[in-house]
Amino acid sequence: MKPGHGEVLLAEGDPRVEEDEERLIEEFRRQLDEGMWAAVPTTHPGSGRREAQLVKNFTDIPIEAERVIFFPRASGG
Amino acid sequence: MLFALLALALIALVLATPLIVNAIERRRATRPPRRRDEGGLEQLSLYDPGRERRAEQRARELLRSCVNEEEWSMYRDLGFIRVAGRHARRESDKQGGPAYAYLVYPHKPIVAYVPASGQLLSEYCVEFPDLAGAGGRHRLPASDDVLAKWMALTSDEDRVIRRANLHLVGRQHDPARVRRDLWRLAEWERRRGSQPEIQQKSR
Repeated sequence: MKPGHGEVLLAEGDPRVEEDEERLIEEFRRQLDEGMWAAVPTTHPGSGRREAQLVKNFTDIPIEAERVIFFPRASGG
Repeated sequence: MLFALLALALIALVLATPLIVNAIERRRATRPPRRRDEGGLEQLSLYDPGRERRAEQRARELLRSCVNEEEWSMYRDLGFIRVAGRHARRESDKQGGPAYAYLVYPHKPIVAYVPASGQLLSEYCVEFPDLAGAGGRHRLPASDDVLAKWMALTSDEDRVIRRANLHLVGRQHDPARVRRDLWRLAEWERRRGSQPEIQQKSR
């Protein structure tokens, strides 16, 4: 999510492919270095309840995740 | 005397006008052309009337793909999303619905309230500022703002609440309007005929 623009596609690829994975990791780190928060939308297996999971490392991203959403970190308004 | 001087000055100005115009044109011709991206196109893009609308449309689609059907319908119909609080003060609270919940509005503080009584607890002022150095001119589209709050609350409620500025309800929200929203929410759930995830006082 980018203020003034909304959703922007940063990178896409298959993390099982080495070349793609390197690119995804690089973009992931770049976004976190810029101070963004990263979240993965998930569905609770039992209740079907939707929630988000904050991820701080690339390895924290669930294997089945289809996307990671980066958004500006929250601050007091 | 003064009149004569003014008349002379006027005549001199009229006579000199062609020379001044020629000098300006020569200067324009010799000046290197202005780079178009230095301001022209950028300024035009700032005034693109469809950009924010398209961004909001994309944001709505993204929000819809992340939250569940009930939350999406709630946002579409009522303009806010309810998120259950994770903490319980008493063991008995864990049996039923949550002890408290939040109303998430776009570009307005999050409101905490007690679903069982309808009591308004507090406002949490939180924003997601532009970190790209645009000087805070831009903000997220409305639906992205809601999604960011939703993701922050459902993933790490404590962190976002710690970062927010806490106020009593009434600083930015009109308490009467929030109570009316709670009533609208109860009516909305009644009309949908679905079992609400959070048991809430209807009035």
